[in-house]
Amino acid sequence: MLDIKNLTATVGDKQILNGISLTVRPGEVHAIMGPNGSGKSTLAQVLAGHPAYEVTGGAVTYDGRDLLELEAEERAQAGVFLAFQYPIEIPGVSNAYFLRAAYNEMRKARGAEEVDPLEFLDIVEEKARLVEMDPAFLNRSVNTGFSGGEKKRNEILQMAVLEPKLAILDETDSGLDIDALRIVADGVNALKRPDNATIVVTHYQRLLNYIVPDYVHVLAGGRIVKSGGKELALELEAKGYDWILEGAAA
Amino acid sequence: MITETQQSLAQAVVARAQADAAAAPGQSIPLPASYAAELDAQVAAAEANGPRWLADLRRAGAAAARAQGFPTTRHEDWHYTTTAAIAEAAFPSLASASGAVTEGDLSDFTFGHAEWPTAVFVNGRFDAARSTLARLPEGVRVRPLAEALREEPEMLERVLGKVATPEAQPFVALNQGLFVDGLLLVVQKEMEADVPVHVLHVTDATGARGATHPRVAIVAERHSKVTVIESHVGLGDAAYLANPVTEVDVADGATVHHVLVQRQSARAFHVAHVEARQGRDSHFVSFSFAVGGQLSRTNVYTLLGGEGCGATLNGLYLLDGAQHCDHQTRIEHAQPNTYSRELYKGILDGQSHGVFNGKVYVRPVAQKTDGKQTNNTLLLSEQAQIDTKPQLEIFADDVKCTHGATVGRLDQTALFYMKSRGLTDETARKLLTYAFAADALETIEIEAVKDSLEALTLARYTT
Repeated sequence: MLDIKNLTATVGDKQILNGISLTVRPGEVHAIMGPNGSGKSTLAQVLAGHPAYEVTGGAVTYDGRDLLELEAEERAQAGVFLAFQYPIEIPGVSNAYFLRAAYNEMRKARGAEEVDPLEFLDIVEEKARLVEMDPAFLNRSVNTGFSGGEKKRNEILQMAVLEPKLAILDETDSGLDIDALRIVADGVNALKRPDNATIVVTHYQRLLNYIVPDYVHVLAGGRIVKSGGKELALELEAKGYDWILEGAAA
Repeated sequence: MITETQQSLAQAVVARAQADAAAAPGQSIPLPASYAAELDAQVAAAEANGPRWLADLRRAGAAAARAQGFPTTRHEDWHYTTTAAIAEAAFPSLASASGAVTEGDLSDFTFGHAEWPTAVFVNGRFDAARSTLARLPEGVRVRPLAEALREEPEMLERVLGKVATPEAQPFVALNQGLFVDGLLLVVQKEMEADVPVHVLHVTDATGARGATHPRVAIVAERHSKVTVIESHVGLGDAAYLANPVTEVDVADGATVHHVLVQRQSARAFHVAHVEARQGRDSHFVSFSFAVGGQLSRTNVYTLLGGEGCGATLNGLYLLDGAQHCDHQTRIEHAQPNTYSRELYKGILDGQSHGVFNGKVYVRPVAQKTDGKQTNNTLLLSEQAQIDTKPQLEIFADDVKCTHGATVGRLDQTALFYMKSRGLTDETARKLLTYAFAADALETIEIEAVKDSLEALTLARYTT
């Protein structure tokens, strides 16, 4: 589904990604861990097409297409979804309007009919229950005045509505208390299907108790320095990152 | 017949204006001869037909208009807006309505509520056939000004020129010298109007290269409440001048909502002056929506003249092409415990030029004044330009007055966020642009007006 080969990227004149290779197949959950500044979030943003990052080398194939050739909206329409570490507030645009606009863009991209506001309300209210969100939030401006936990739940609600093939969760656990973490993780798990895949970017092992990964990759200095199964996350939790970084440097 | 007192009054106005002009040369362009002739004719007509107070009013207006001419950018209040094109055009007053305006022509401008009491003026004249004044709210009385001048001049004497005066206001002076029609609207004490009254000023295609100087007087008696919508619209794409003046007398405990909707034709000149005088515990709530005209200037002034009263002056201007749109607000806190709230927003595209000048005066006696002013601008192009000028003059020592202005472009992070959800670049930009305007429009109390202006704004940025 996703094949990243030797990807390098810069922001400004600073190189952040130094040759990342990673293969994600349908049905898999990959966790990307690593210390602050290792390039985890950059990888997530580059995959979503953030214009601030410049890809300087390597290739990314998604569903047989050159992902790097696609605009951010084309990637989204092709089923790539990034749950933001810091979701953006958009005062003046209601959550319901925004979600429906996005949902209809997806449908248009697939050649399906757009849905009207009433039809959409049924769809979105069902999805809102999944993340235990009060439907009143649908009438509020996107993320405006939401608490940290509400913003993260809103990200998962968007994911639930848009039903991506490849979901990238960028530190979705940061700033969440245990109840919010559980709600978010339950939402992600409920959306898991054999034909979609998830990349979970996180600093802590805690989230992986709830979203169990098939693979864990450790990112340091802009490259993957170690990969393993879910037990690698536990090892990192117990021993920290230093032993891997030392091993990688040796 | 001119009495000595009247002459000396007019002379005093002239003397003062001449002194001002001498103090700061180059502040004005001389009044075009055709306007001087029109002013003389109105003075002569009033002197011949009376009433006497009207002749006085005309003389004072004419004298002030002559003395002030048309302001240049060296005039402090007109620093960013040149009126040279208006002076050069010297459009003559339109003599009559065309009679050709149909109900269909106006349907775009009635907020989906053609049944609201509506006074329609075409090319400056009351159009009885197009107006619907049969179902006025209880306690509200309206009368076309030309008719009121004939039928109840003693009432108008107490109202006209009492709130808006021609001193240091060249266009008010011109209006005072030349108005021929408009509306008198009186809300009786303790009456609350349950529907708005719409005053629809139309210039049609036959009004090309002409001018109107409508005068509207709103009198809200003690503890009354009313909403008045004034639309200024152009049918067709002609050049013309609209120079309306609206005076609002808000008595103790009264509330007046006033909505200005400026949808003049793309080549029109529009210079509007709205001025309120407020009594104790009264509220004046104004919204100015401006999208039309090649050059527009709107003054919204209020005198907070009674303890505990306050004003909310909001506005939204959406500009494109080479449009120039200037708003000047002036709030005078003249009594203690008064409040003012201002939110003006502009969305500027093309090579358009927006101006916002917010004056707030706090007199020494006006302790505990609570004022807040905000002007936010969204620039959609490299060439668009905004001049924003807060102007606070505070002479009391126990007050809270804040002002803030922002000028920005579309938030790139928000754009990426929306695109990452599959919205096209174009849709995301338009939605963000609309969202910028939304919170200003949200403040309009009449749902149908709010919905209608929201729809206009949305359509402008999403189609």
